[in-house]
Amino acid sequence: MELPAVQITHLRKTYGPLVAVDDVSLSVAEGEIFGILGPNGAGKTTTVECAIGLRHADSGTVSLMGLDPRTDRDKVREIVGVQLQTGAQPNKLRVGEILEEYRSFYRQPADVGELMDVLGLAAKRGDYYKTLSGGQRQRLSVALALVGQPKIAVLDEMTTGLDPQARRDTWELIEGIRDRGVTIVLVTHFMEEAERLCDRVALIDNGRVVALDTPAALAERARGGKTVRFLPSAPFDDHLLTNLPEVTGLEHVGQHVVVTGQGELVNAVILALHAVGVTARDVQLDSSNLEDAFVKLTGTHLHTEGVAA
Amino acid sequence: MNALVLARSRLAPSRRAGPQRLPLPGTARGAAFGQVVRNEARLARRSPMPVIGSIGLPVVLMIIFGEIPSSGAVVAALGGLTLFSVYLPIIMVLGLTMLTLLGLPGPLVSYRELGILRRLSTTPVPPSWLLAAQVVIQFGVAVAGLLIVNVVSVIAFGAASPKSPAGLVLSLLATIAGMFALGLLIAALAPTSGSVNAISRLALIPLMFFAGLWLPRPLMPQILQDISNFTPLGAAVQAIQASMQTGFPPARPLLVLVAYAAVFGFAARRFFRWE
Repeated sequence: MELPAVQITHLRKTYGPLVAVDDVSLSVAEGEIFGILGPNGAGKTTTVECAIGLRHADSGTVSLMGLDPRTDRDKVREIVGVQLQTGAQPNKLRVGEILEEYRSFYRQPADVGELMDVLGLAAKRGDYYKTLSGGQRQRLSVALALVGQPKIAVLDEMTTGLDPQARRDTWELIEGIRDRGVTIVLVTHFMEEAERLCDRVALIDNGRVVALDTPAALAERARGGKTVRFLPSAPFDDHLLTNLPEVTGLEHVGQHVVVTGQGELVNAVILALHAVGVTARDVQLDSSNLEDAFVKLTGTHLHTEGVAA
Repeated sequence: MNALVLARSRLAPSRRAGPQRLPLPGTARGAAFGQVVRNEARLARRSPMPVIGSIGLPVVLMIIFGEIPSSGAVVAALGGLTLFSVYLPIIMVLGLTMLTLLGLPGPLVSYRELGILRRLSTTPVPPSWLLAAQVVIQFGVAVAGLLIVNVVSVIAFGAASPKSPAGLVLSLLATIAGMFALGLLIAALAPTSGSVNAISRLALIPLMFFAGLWLPRPLMPQILQDISNFTPLGAAVQAIQASMQTGFPPARPLLVLVAYAAVFGFAARRFFRWE
Protein backbone atom coordinates (compact mmCIF):
# COMPACT_ATOMS: atom_id res chain seq x y z
CA MET A 1 0.00 0.00 0.00
CA GLU A 2 1.55 3.21 -1.13
CA LEU A 3 1.70 6.09 1.27
CA PRO A 4 -0.68 8.85 0.17
CA ALA A 5 0.90 12.15 -0.78
CA VAL A 6 -1.63 14.02 1.32
CA GLN A 7 -3.67 12.52 4.12
CA ILE A 8 -6.09 14.67 6.10
CA THR A 9 -8.08 13.10 8.89
CA HIS A 10 -10.95 14.73 10.77
CA LEU A 11 -9.58 18.21 10.35
CA ARG A 12 -11.41 20.89 12.32
CA LYS A 13 -10.69 24.60 12.54
CA THR A 14 -12.76 27.31 14.18
CA TYR A 15 -12.34 31.05 14.48
CA GLY A 16 -14.15 31.90 17.67
CA PRO A 17 -17.78 30.94 17.07
CA LEU A 18 -17.23 30.49 13.34
CA VAL A 19 -16.62 26.93 12.24
CA ALA A 20 -14.46 27.27 9.13
CA VAL A 21 -13.71 23.57 8.79
CA ASP A 22 -16.02 21.18 10.59
CA ASP A 23 -14.76 17.73 9.73
CA VAL A 24 -12.69 17.11 6.63
CA SER A 25 -10.96 13.87 5.78
CA LEU A 26 -9.39 13.13 2.43
CA SER A 27 -6.48 11.35 0.92
CA VAL A 28 -4.58 12.30 -2.22
CA ALA A 29 -2.55 9.68 -4.08
CA GLU A 30 0.88 10.52 -5.34
CA GLY A 31 0.80 11.87 -8.89
CA GLU A 32 -2.85 12.74 -8.65
CA ILE A 33 -4.50 16.05 -9.50
CA PHE A 34 -6.94 16.41 -6.67
CA GLY A 35 -9.60 19.10 -6.71
CA ILE A 36 -11.11 20.78 -3.68
CA LEU A 37 -14.32 22.34 -4.87
CA GLY A 38 -16.91 24.35 -3.06
CA PRO A 39 -18.66 27.69 -2.81
CA ASN A 40 -17.02 30.72 -1.21
CA GLY A 41 -16.70 30.31 2.52
CA ALA A 42 -17.05 26.52 2.37
CA GLY A 43 -13.70 26.03 4.11
CA LYS A 44 -11.55 25.13 1.10
CA THR A 45 -8.80 27.63 1.73
CA THR A 46 -8.74 27.01 5.47
CA THR A 47 -8.42 23.29 4.77
CA VAL A 48 -5.36 23.72 2.58
CA GLU A 49 -3.85 26.34 4.87
CA CYS A 50 -4.05 23.87 7.74
CA ALA A 51 -2.68 21.16 5.47
CA ILE A 52 0.44 23.13 4.61
CA GLY A 53 1.01 24.20 8.20
CA LEU A 54 0.15 27.86 7.67
CA ARG A 55 -2.63 27.55 10.23
CA HIS A 56 -2.96 25.27 13.20
CA ALA A 57 -6.02 23.06 13.16
CA ASP A 58 -8.05 22.69 16.34
CA SER A 59 -8.04 18.94 15.88
CA GLY A 60 -7.36 16.31 13.27
CA THR A 61 -4.16 15.20 11.62
CA VAL A 62 -2.36 16.05 8.41
CA SER A 63 0.37 14.05 6.77
CA LEU A 64 2.30 15.16 3.68
CA MET A 65 4.43 12.34 2.29
CA GLY A 66 4.38 10.95 5.80
CA LEU A 67 5.51 14.24 7.34
CA ASP A 68 3.59 16.31 9.85
CA PRO A 69 3.52 19.96 8.67
CA ARG A 70 3.66 21.14 12.27
CA THR A 71 6.53 19.09 13.62
CA ASP A 72 8.48 18.61 10.37
CA ARG A 73 8.03 22.17 9.14
CA ASP A 74 11.42 22.50 7.50
CA LYS A 75 11.16 19.26 5.56
CA VAL A 76 7.58 19.94 4.55
CA ARG A 77 8.43 23.37 3.19
CA GLU A 78 11.15 21.81 1.04
CA ILE A 79 8.71 19.45 -0.71
CA VAL A 80 5.53 21.52 -0.84
CA GLY A 81 5.10 24.44 -3.23
CA VAL A 82 2.27 26.81 -2.49
CA GLN A 83 0.30 29.34 -4.45
CA LEU A 84 -1.80 31.40 -2.09
CA GLN A 85 -5.10 32.94 -3.08
CA THR A 86 -3.92 36.38 -2.08
CA GLY A 87 -0.31 37.17 -2.57
CA ALA A 88 1.54 40.05 -4.15
CA GLN A 89 5.20 40.90 -4.59
CA PRO A 90 7.02 44.20 -4.17
CA ASN A 91 6.12 46.52 -7.05
CA LYS A 92 9.68 47.45 -7.87
CA LEU A 93 11.24 44.03 -8.16
CA ARG A 94 11.65 42.47 -11.58
CA VAL A 95 10.15 39.09 -12.45
CA GLY A 96 13.57 37.46 -12.80
CA GLU A 97 14.79 38.91 -9.51
CA ILE A 98 11.80 37.56 -7.60
CA LEU A 99 12.20 34.10 -9.11
CA GLU A 100 15.95 34.02 -8.46
CA GLU A 101 15.35 34.94 -4.81
CA TYR A 102 12.80 32.17 -4.28
CA ARG A 103 14.96 29.75 -6.21
CA SER A 104 17.78 30.25 -3.71
CA PHE A 105 15.53 29.01 -0.89
CA TYR A 106 15.42 25.43 -2.14
CA ARG A 107 17.82 22.54 -2.29
CA GLN A 108 16.85 21.24 -5.69
CA PRO A 109 15.33 24.20 -7.48
CA ALA A 110 14.03 24.34 -11.02
CA ASP A 111 15.80 26.23 -13.76
CA VAL A 112 14.37 29.75 -13.72
CA GLY A 113 14.77 30.30 -17.46
CA GLU A 114 12.97 27.08 -18.30
CA LEU A 115 10.21 27.79 -15.81
CA MET A 116 9.65 31.24 -17.30
CA ASP A 117 9.51 29.73 -20.79
CA VAL A 118 6.92 27.18 -19.74
CA LEU A 119 4.80 29.82 -18.03
CA GLY A 120 5.13 32.38 -20.80
CA LEU A 121 7.01 34.80 -18.60
CA ALA A 122 10.32 34.83 -20.46
CA ALA A 123 9.57 38.12 -22.19
CA LYS A 124 8.72 39.67 -18.82
CA ARG A 125 11.91 38.68 -17.05
CA GLY A 126 13.17 42.25 -16.78
CA ASP A 127 9.81 43.87 -16.04
CA TYR A 128 8.77 45.31 -12.71
CA TYR A 129 6.07 43.41 -10.86
CA LYS A 130 3.83 46.46 -10.91
CA THR A 131 3.73 46.45 -14.71
CA LEU A 132 2.42 42.87 -14.92
CA SER A 133 -1.18 42.14 -15.86
CA GLY A 134 -3.38 40.08 -13.54
CA GLY A 135 -2.75 36.98 -15.61
CA GLN A 136 1.00 37.50 -15.60
CA ARG A 137 1.02 37.98 -11.82
CA GLN A 138 -0.97 34.78 -11.48
CA ARG A 139 1.52 32.92 -13.64
CA LEU A 140 4.42 34.32 -11.62
CA SER A 141 2.66 33.12 -8.50
CA VAL A 142 2.38 29.63 -10.01
CA ALA A 143 6.05 29.83 -11.01
CA LEU A 144 7.01 30.66 -7.42
CA ALA A 145 5.03 27.63 -6.24
CA LEU A 146 6.99 25.42 -8.63
CA VAL A 147 10.48 26.92 -8.48
CA GLY A 148 11.50 24.62 -5.63
CA GLN A 149 10.58 21.53 -7.70
CA PRO A 150 8.03 20.47 -5.09
CA LYS A 151 6.66 16.95 -4.76
CA ILE A 152 3.30 18.43 -3.83
CA ALA A 153 1.97 21.66 -5.33
CA VAL A 154 -0.97 23.34 -3.60
CA LEU A 155 -2.64 25.84 -5.90
CA ASP A 156 -5.42 27.99 -4.46
CA GLU A 157 -7.70 29.59 -7.08
CA MET A 158 -4.94 29.35 -9.60
CA THR A 159 -6.89 30.55 -12.64
CA THR A 160 -9.24 33.05 -11.03
CA GLY A 161 -9.01 36.29 -12.93
CA LEU A 162 -7.37 34.77 -15.98
CA ASP A 163 -8.87 35.11 -19.44
CA PRO A 164 -10.08 31.86 -21.04
CA GLN A 165 -6.98 31.42 -23.18
CA ALA A 166 -4.61 31.97 -20.26
CA ARG A 167 -6.72 29.58 -18.21
CA ARG A 168 -6.42 26.84 -20.82
CA ASP A 169 -2.67 27.45 -21.07
CA THR A 170 -2.40 27.12 -17.32
CA TRP A 171 -4.34 23.85 -17.38
CA GLU A 172 -1.93 22.43 -19.90
CA LEU A 173 0.93 23.57 -17.74
CA ILE A 174 -0.57 21.83 -14.71
CA GLU A 175 -0.99 18.61 -16.66
CA GLY A 176 2.60 18.87 -17.75
CA ILE A 177 3.74 19.28 -14.17
CA ARG A 178 1.70 16.32 -13.05
CA ASP A 179 3.25 14.25 -15.81
CA ARG A 180 6.58 14.95 -14.14
CA GLY A 181 5.23 13.23 -11.05
CA VAL A 182 4.14 16.18 -8.95
CA THR A 183 1.04 15.69 -6.86
CA ILE A 184 -1.30 18.63 -7.29
CA VAL A 185 -3.96 19.87 -4.92
CA LEU A 186 -6.14 22.35 -6.72
CA VAL A 187 -8.56 24.57 -4.85
CA THR A 188 -11.17 25.93 -7.21
CA HIS A 189 -14.73 27.03 -7.52
CA PHE A 190 -14.52 26.71 -11.26
CA MET A 191 -16.33 23.63 -12.54
CA GLU A 192 -14.82 23.35 -15.97
CA GLU A 193 -11.39 23.42 -14.39
CA ALA A 194 -12.17 20.56 -12.02
CA GLU A 195 -13.78 18.47 -14.77
CA ARG A 196 -10.94 19.03 -17.15
CA LEU A 197 -8.00 18.60 -14.78
CA CYS A 198 -8.86 16.62 -11.71
CA ASP A 199 -8.55 12.89 -11.26
CA ARG A 200 -10.74 13.16 -8.19
CA VAL A 201 -12.68 15.92 -6.57
CA ALA A 202 -13.80 16.57 -3.01
CA LEU A 203 -16.90 18.72 -2.79
CA ILE A 204 -16.75 20.78 0.38
CA ASP A 205 -19.72 22.57 1.81
CA ASN A 206 -20.08 24.12 5.25
CA GLY A 207 -16.72 22.74 6.32
CA ARG A 208 -17.51 19.15 5.43
CA VAL A 209 -16.74 16.83 2.55
CA VAL A 210 -20.14 16.15 0.99
CA ALA A 211 -18.82 14.00 -1.84
CA LEU A 212 -15.49 12.64 -3.03
CA ASP A 213 -15.10 10.86 -6.35
CA THR A 214 -14.00 11.30 -9.93
CA PRO A 215 -15.68 14.24 -11.66
CA ALA A 216 -17.46 11.84 -14.02
CA ALA A 217 -18.76 9.64 -11.22
CA LEU A 218 -20.00 12.64 -9.28
CA ALA A 219 -21.78 13.94 -12.32
CA GLU A 220 -23.36 10.58 -12.93
CA ARG A 221 -24.51 10.37 -9.35
CA ALA A 222 -26.16 13.75 -9.73
CA ARG A 223 -28.55 12.67 -12.42
CA GLY A 224 -28.77 9.01 -11.53
CA GLY A 225 -27.05 8.27 -14.79
CA LYS A 226 -26.58 9.27 -18.37
CA THR A 227 -28.98 9.54 -21.25
CA VAL A 228 -28.37 8.37 -24.81
CA ARG A 229 -30.73 9.51 -27.53
CA PHE A 230 -30.57 8.04 -31.02
CA LEU A 231 -32.47 7.29 -34.22
CA PRO A 232 -32.49 3.51 -34.93
CA SER A 233 -32.04 2.46 -38.56
CA ALA A 234 -34.71 -0.23 -38.09
CA PRO A 235 -37.25 -1.18 -35.41
CA PHE A 236 -36.00 -3.51 -32.66
CA ASP A 237 -37.29 -5.21 -29.55
CA ASP A 238 -36.99 -2.93 -26.50
CA HIS A 239 -35.89 -5.90 -24.35
CA LEU A 240 -32.71 -6.07 -26.38
CA LEU A 241 -31.63 -2.94 -24.53
CA THR A 242 -33.58 -3.06 -21.26
CA ASN A 243 -31.97 -6.44 -20.52
CA LEU A 244 -28.52 -4.84 -20.58
CA PRO A 245 -27.04 -4.29 -17.11
CA GLU A 246 -26.06 -0.72 -18.00
CA VAL A 247 -29.62 0.28 -18.96
CA THR A 248 -32.15 1.48 -16.42
CA GLY A 249 -34.84 2.90 -18.64
CA LEU A 250 -36.03 3.28 -22.22
CA GLU A 251 -38.62 5.41 -23.88
CA HIS A 252 -39.67 6.35 -27.39
CA VAL A 253 -39.82 10.01 -28.30
CA GLY A 254 -41.21 10.30 -31.80
CA GLN A 255 -38.86 8.28 -33.99
CA HIS A 256 -36.03 8.60 -31.46
CA VAL A 257 -35.22 6.21 -28.66
CA VAL A 258 -34.01 7.59 -25.32
CA VAL A 259 -32.10 5.17 -23.11
CA THR A 260 -31.00 6.01 -19.58
CA GLY A 261 -28.40 4.10 -17.64
CA GLN A 262 -24.91 4.08 -16.17
CA GLY A 263 -21.38 3.09 -16.92
CA GLU A 264 -20.30 2.47 -20.50
CA LEU A 265 -23.85 3.07 -21.69
CA VAL A 266 -23.15 4.21 -25.24
CA ASN A 267 -20.87 1.31 -26.05
CA ALA A 268 -23.27 -1.22 -24.59
CA VAL A 269 -26.23 0.15 -26.53
CA ILE A 270 -24.43 0.42 -29.83
CA LEU A 271 -22.89 -3.05 -29.55
CA ALA A 272 -26.24 -4.62 -28.71
CA LEU A 273 -27.92 -2.93 -31.67
CA HIS A 274 -25.05 -3.84 -33.96
CA ALA A 275 -25.48 -7.50 -33.00
CA VAL A 276 -28.97 -7.47 -34.51
CA GLY A 277 -27.98 -5.39 -37.52
CA VAL A 278 -29.41 -2.09 -36.34
CA THR A 279 -27.34 1.05 -36.47
CA ALA A 280 -27.89 4.05 -34.26
CA ARG A 281 -27.80 7.38 -36.01
CA ASP A 282 -27.88 10.91 -34.72
CA VAL A 283 -26.51 9.72 -31.35
CA GLN A 284 -26.60 12.31 -28.61
CA LEU A 285 -25.12 11.70 -25.20
CA ASP A 286 -26.66 13.83 -22.54
CA SER A 287 -24.56 13.60 -19.44
CA SER A 288 -24.90 15.79 -16.42
CA ASN A 289 -21.80 17.63 -15.32
CA LEU A 290 -20.07 18.46 -12.12
CA GLU A 291 -22.07 21.64 -11.79
CA ASP A 292 -25.27 19.57 -11.63
CA ALA A 293 -23.64 17.31 -9.09
CA PHE A 294 -22.68 20.27 -7.02
CA VAL A 295 -26.12 21.79 -7.04
CA LYS A 296 -27.69 18.49 -6.16
CA LEU A 297 -25.29 17.67 -3.36
CA THR A 298 -25.05 21.07 -1.71
CA GLY A 299 -28.18 22.85 -2.79
CA THR A 300 -26.08 25.85 -3.81
CA HIS A 301 -24.70 27.15 -7.03
CA LEU A 302 -21.03 27.79 -7.38
CA HIS A 303 -19.99 31.18 -8.47
CA THR A 304 -19.52 30.73 -12.16
CA GLU A 305 -17.57 33.87 -12.98
CA GLY A 306 -15.14 31.69 -14.87
CA VAL A 307 -17.80 30.50 -17.28
CA ALA A 308 -18.89 34.01 -18.04
CA ALA A 309 -15.36 35.24 -18.61
CA MET B 1 -8.88 5.85 -13.49
CA ASN B 2 -6.97 4.22 -10.68
CA ALA B 3 -4.78 2.45 -13.18
CA LEU B 4 -4.09 5.78 -14.75
CA VAL B 5 -3.15 7.31 -11.43
CA LEU B 6 -0.84 4.42 -10.72
CA ALA B 7 0.72 4.59 -14.16
CA ARG B 8 1.37 8.26 -13.66
CA SER B 9 2.81 7.80 -10.23
CA ARG B 10 5.38 5.49 -11.72
CA LEU B 11 6.62 8.46 -13.69
CA ALA B 12 7.23 10.23 -10.45
CA PRO B 13 10.79 11.02 -9.47
CA SER B 14 11.90 8.18 -7.33
CA ARG B 15 10.25 8.18 -3.93
CA ARG B 16 12.99 5.82 -2.87
CA ALA B 17 15.18 8.88 -2.71
CA GLY B 18 12.71 9.67 0.01
CA PRO B 19 10.71 12.76 0.84
CA GLN B 20 13.30 13.68 3.42
CA ARG B 21 14.83 16.46 1.40
CA LEU B 22 16.82 18.25 4.02
CA PRO B 23 16.72 21.99 4.58
CA LEU B 24 19.48 24.03 3.02
CA PRO B 25 23.00 23.46 4.31
CA GLY B 26 24.72 26.41 5.94
CA THR B 27 26.50 27.81 2.90
CA ALA B 28 23.35 27.66 0.77
CA ARG B 29 21.43 29.37 3.57
CA GLY B 30 24.02 32.12 3.51
CA ALA B 31 23.62 32.46 -0.25
CA ALA B 32 19.83 32.55 0.13
CA PHE B 33 20.08 35.30 2.73
CA GLY B 34 22.39 37.13 0.35
CA GLN B 35 19.67 36.95 -2.31
CA VAL B 36 17.10 38.36 0.11
CA VAL B 37 19.42 41.21 1.08
CA ARG B 38 20.24 41.91 -2.56
CA ASN B 39 16.59 42.27 -3.50
CA GLU B 40 15.88 44.44 -0.46
CA ALA B 41 18.82 46.64 -1.45
CA ARG B 42 17.40 46.93 -4.96
CA LEU B 43 14.07 48.00 -3.52
CA ALA B 44 15.74 50.59 -1.28
CA ARG B 45 17.61 51.94 -4.31
CA ARG B 46 14.48 52.06 -6.45
CA SER B 47 12.43 53.90 -3.80
CA PRO B 48 15.22 56.05 -2.38
CA MET B 49 13.23 58.74 -0.56
CA PRO B 50 13.72 57.40 3.01
CA VAL B 51 17.44 56.97 2.40
CA ILE B 52 17.87 60.35 0.73
CA GLY B 53 15.88 62.00 3.52
CA SER B 54 17.74 60.38 6.36
CA ILE B 55 21.15 61.17 4.86
CA GLY B 56 20.31 64.44 3.14
CA LEU B 57 18.39 66.23 5.87
CA PRO B 58 21.23 66.09 8.45
CA VAL B 59 23.71 67.31 5.85
CA VAL B 60 21.44 70.20 4.89
CA LEU B 61 20.88 71.09 8.56
CA MET B 62 24.59 70.96 9.23
CA ILE B 63 25.29 73.31 6.32
CA ILE B 64 22.66 75.72 7.62
CA PHE B 65 24.14 75.67 11.12
CA GLY B 66 27.63 75.93 9.73
CA GLU B 67 26.71 79.05 7.79
CA ILE B 68 25.18 80.85 10.78
CA PRO B 69 27.89 83.47 11.46
CA SER B 70 27.89 83.05 15.24
CA SER B 71 27.69 79.24 15.22
CA GLY B 72 31.42 78.94 15.81
CA ALA B 73 31.44 81.26 18.79
CA VAL B 74 31.69 79.82 22.29
CA VAL B 75 28.51 80.44 24.26
CA ALA B 76 28.66 80.38 28.04
CA ALA B 77 24.99 79.37 28.33
CA LEU B 78 25.75 76.28 26.27
CA GLY B 79 28.31 75.13 28.79
CA GLY B 80 31.17 76.79 26.97
CA LEU B 81 30.48 75.04 23.66
CA THR B 82 29.80 76.46 20.23
CA LEU B 83 26.29 76.31 18.77
CA PHE B 84 27.66 74.08 16.02
CA SER B 85 29.16 71.52 18.38
CA VAL B 86 25.97 71.45 20.46
CA TYR B 87 23.92 70.72 17.37
CA LEU B 88 26.24 68.16 15.79
CA PRO B 89 25.04 65.23 18.00
CA ILE B 90 21.43 66.35 17.51
CA ILE B 91 21.93 66.28 13.75
CA MET B 92 23.43 62.78 13.97
CA VAL B 93 20.49 61.37 15.90
CA LEU B 94 18.01 63.17 13.62
CA GLY B 95 19.30 61.19 10.64
CA LEU B 96 19.08 57.95 12.59
CA THR B 97 15.58 58.80 13.75
CA MET B 98 14.30 59.51 10.25
CA LEU B 99 15.74 56.20 9.16
CA THR B 100 14.31 54.11 11.98
CA LEU B 101 10.89 55.73 11.98
CA LEU B 102 10.37 55.69 8.20
CA GLY B 103 12.97 53.57 6.44
CA LEU B 104 12.75 50.49 8.64
CA PRO B 105 9.06 49.91 9.45
CA GLY B 106 7.66 51.12 6.10
CA PRO B 107 8.77 48.19 3.93
CA LEU B 108 8.07 45.60 6.63
CA VAL B 109 4.49 46.74 7.15
CA SER B 110 3.84 46.85 3.41
CA TYR B 111 5.22 43.30 3.08
CA ARG B 112 2.76 42.19 5.71
CA GLU B 113 -0.07 44.01 3.91
CA LEU B 114 0.87 42.43 0.59
CA GLY B 115 1.01 38.94 2.11
CA ILE B 116 4.71 38.60 1.33
CA LEU B 117 5.62 37.61 4.89
CA ARG B 118 2.90 34.99 4.80
CA ARG B 119 4.04 33.73 1.43
CA LEU B 120 7.60 33.40 2.71
CA SER B 121 6.48 31.32 5.64
CA THR B 122 5.44 28.59 3.17
CA THR B 123 9.03 28.35 1.90
CA PRO B 124 12.05 26.89 3.69
CA VAL B 125 13.06 30.47 4.49
CA PRO B 126 11.38 32.11 7.48
CA PRO B 127 9.77 35.54 7.00
CA SER B 128 12.02 36.91 9.75
CA TRP B 129 14.77 36.92 7.12
CA LEU B 130 13.10 39.88 5.43
CA LEU B 131 13.20 41.69 8.73
CA ALA B 132 16.85 40.80 9.20
CA ALA B 133 17.65 41.89 5.64
CA GLN B 134 15.98 45.24 6.28
CA VAL B 135 18.02 45.69 9.46
CA VAL B 136 21.23 44.92 7.55
CA ILE B 137 20.43 47.44 4.82
CA GLN B 138 19.21 50.20 7.10
CA PHE B 139 22.27 49.67 9.30
CA GLY B 140 24.42 50.23 6.25
CA VAL B 141 22.52 53.41 5.42
CA ALA B 142 22.83 54.59 9.04
CA VAL B 143 26.58 54.05 9.06
CA ALA B 144 26.96 55.81 5.71
CA GLY B 145 24.90 58.77 6.92
CA LEU B 146 26.90 59.08 10.15
CA LEU B 147 30.19 58.88 8.27
CA ILE B 148 29.09 61.64 5.91
CA VAL B 149 27.97 63.91 8.77
CA ASN B 150 31.18 63.38 10.73
CA VAL B 151 33.53 63.75 7.80
CA VAL B 152 31.78 66.85 6.44
CA SER B 153 31.69 68.45 9.90
CA VAL B 154 35.45 68.07 10.28
CA ILE B 155 36.46 68.94 6.71
CA ALA B 156 33.97 71.65 5.83
CA PHE B 157 33.27 73.22 9.20
CA GLY B 158 36.47 72.56 11.09
CA ALA B 159 34.80 70.62 13.89
CA ALA B 160 37.26 69.06 16.31
CA SER B 161 37.60 65.31 15.94
CA PRO B 162 36.01 63.41 18.84
CA LYS B 163 37.86 63.16 22.16
CA SER B 164 36.98 59.49 22.36
CA PRO B 165 36.46 57.89 18.94
CA ALA B 166 35.77 54.52 20.58
CA GLY B 167 33.23 56.16 22.87
CA LEU B 168 31.58 57.82 19.87
CA VAL B 169 31.34 54.55 17.97
CA LEU B 170 29.94 52.80 21.02
CA SER B 171 27.44 55.61 21.65
CA LEU B 172 26.28 55.56 18.06
CA LEU B 173 25.95 51.76 18.04
CA ALA B 174 23.89 51.91 21.22
CA THR B 175 21.73 54.63 19.67
CA ILE B 176 21.25 52.57 16.51
CA ALA B 177 20.29 49.54 18.60
CA GLY B 178 17.72 51.46 20.63
CA MET B 179 16.24 53.26 17.64
CA PHE B 180 16.14 50.17 15.40
CA ALA B 181 14.31 48.32 18.14
CA LEU B 182 11.81 51.19 18.22
CA GLY B 183 11.44 51.01 14.43
CA LEU B 184 10.76 47.28 14.65
CA LEU B 185 8.23 47.88 17.41
CA ILE B 186 6.42 50.35 15.15
CA ALA B 187 6.53 47.75 12.38
CA ALA B 188 5.05 45.27 14.82
CA LEU B 189 2.21 47.52 15.95
CA ALA B 190 1.30 49.54 12.84
CA PRO B 191 -1.61 47.81 11.10
CA THR B 192 -1.14 49.54 7.73
CA SER B 193 1.50 51.45 5.78
CA GLY B 194 -0.52 54.62 6.31
CA SER B 195 -0.43 54.20 10.05
CA VAL B 196 3.36 53.84 9.99
CA ASN B 197 3.53 57.44 8.84
CA ALA B 198 1.03 58.61 11.45
CA ILE B 199 2.79 56.81 14.31
CA SER B 200 6.21 57.96 13.16
CA ARG B 201 5.20 61.61 12.91
CA LEU B 202 3.68 61.38 16.35
CA ALA B 203 6.80 59.77 17.83
CA LEU B 204 9.23 62.08 16.02
CA ILE B 205 8.24 65.26 17.87
CA PRO B 206 8.78 64.21 21.54
CA LEU B 207 11.84 62.16 20.59
CA MET B 208 13.50 65.11 18.88
CA PHE B 209 12.31 67.58 21.48
CA PHE B 210 14.17 65.72 24.21
CA ALA B 211 17.18 65.36 21.93
CA GLY B 212 17.26 69.16 22.07
CA LEU B 213 16.33 70.03 18.51
CA TRP B 214 14.27 73.06 19.54
CA LEU B 215 15.90 73.73 22.89
CA PRO B 216 19.41 72.30 23.34
CA ARG B 217 19.79 70.24 26.49
CA PRO B 218 22.07 72.73 28.29
CA LEU B 219 19.28 75.33 27.99
CA MET B 220 16.52 73.01 29.25
CA PRO B 221 15.12 73.58 32.76
CA GLN B 222 16.40 70.92 35.18
CA ILE B 223 13.16 68.95 35.11
CA LEU B 224 13.26 68.65 31.30
CA GLN B 225 16.92 67.67 31.42
CA ASP B 226 16.09 64.95 33.93
CA ILE B 227 13.37 63.61 31.65
CA SER B 228 15.62 63.95 28.62
CA ASN B 229 18.28 61.81 30.31
CA PHE B 230 15.89 58.88 30.24
CA THR B 231 14.51 59.27 26.72
CA PRO B 232 16.25 57.37 23.93
CA LEU B 233 17.47 60.42 22.03
CA GLY B 234 18.23 62.47 25.15
CA ALA B 235 20.51 59.68 26.34
CA ALA B 236 21.95 59.35 22.84
CA VAL B 237 22.82 63.04 22.57
CA GLN B 238 24.31 62.98 26.06
CA ALA B 239 26.56 60.02 25.22
CA ILE B 240 27.58 61.39 21.83
CA GLN B 241 28.24 64.87 23.23
CA ALA B 242 30.44 63.44 25.98
CA SER B 243 32.42 61.37 23.45
CA MET B 244 32.93 64.43 21.29
CA GLN B 245 33.88 66.90 24.02
CA THR B 246 35.19 65.17 27.15
CA GLY B 247 36.07 61.52 26.58
CA PHE B 248 34.54 58.11 27.07
CA PRO B 249 30.84 58.61 27.84
CA PRO B 250 29.38 57.88 31.28
CA ALA B 251 27.66 54.55 31.77
CA ARG B 252 24.13 55.82 32.40
CA PRO B 253 23.15 57.09 28.93
CA LEU B 254 24.65 53.95 27.37
CA LEU B 255 22.68 51.75 29.75
CA VAL B 256 19.51 53.73 29.02
CA LEU B 257 19.98 53.07 25.31
CA VAL B 258 20.70 49.40 25.84
CA ALA B 259 17.62 49.12 28.04
CA TYR B 260 15.47 50.70 25.31
CA ALA B 261 16.96 48.30 22.76
CA ALA B 262 16.09 45.36 25.00
CA VAL B 263 12.57 46.50 25.91
CA PHE B 264 11.54 47.68 22.43
CA GLY B 265 13.19 44.65 20.87
CA PHE B 266 11.41 42.26 23.18
CA ALA B 267 8.06 44.00 22.64
CA ALA B 268 8.58 43.99 18.87
CA ARG B 269 9.28 40.29 18.98
CA ARG B 270 6.29 39.68 21.19
CA PHE B 271 3.79 41.68 19.14
CA PHE B 272 5.04 41.24 15.59
CA ARG B 273 2.31 39.82 13.38
CA TRP B 274 3.42 37.98 10.28
CA GLU B 275 0.04 38.25 8.58
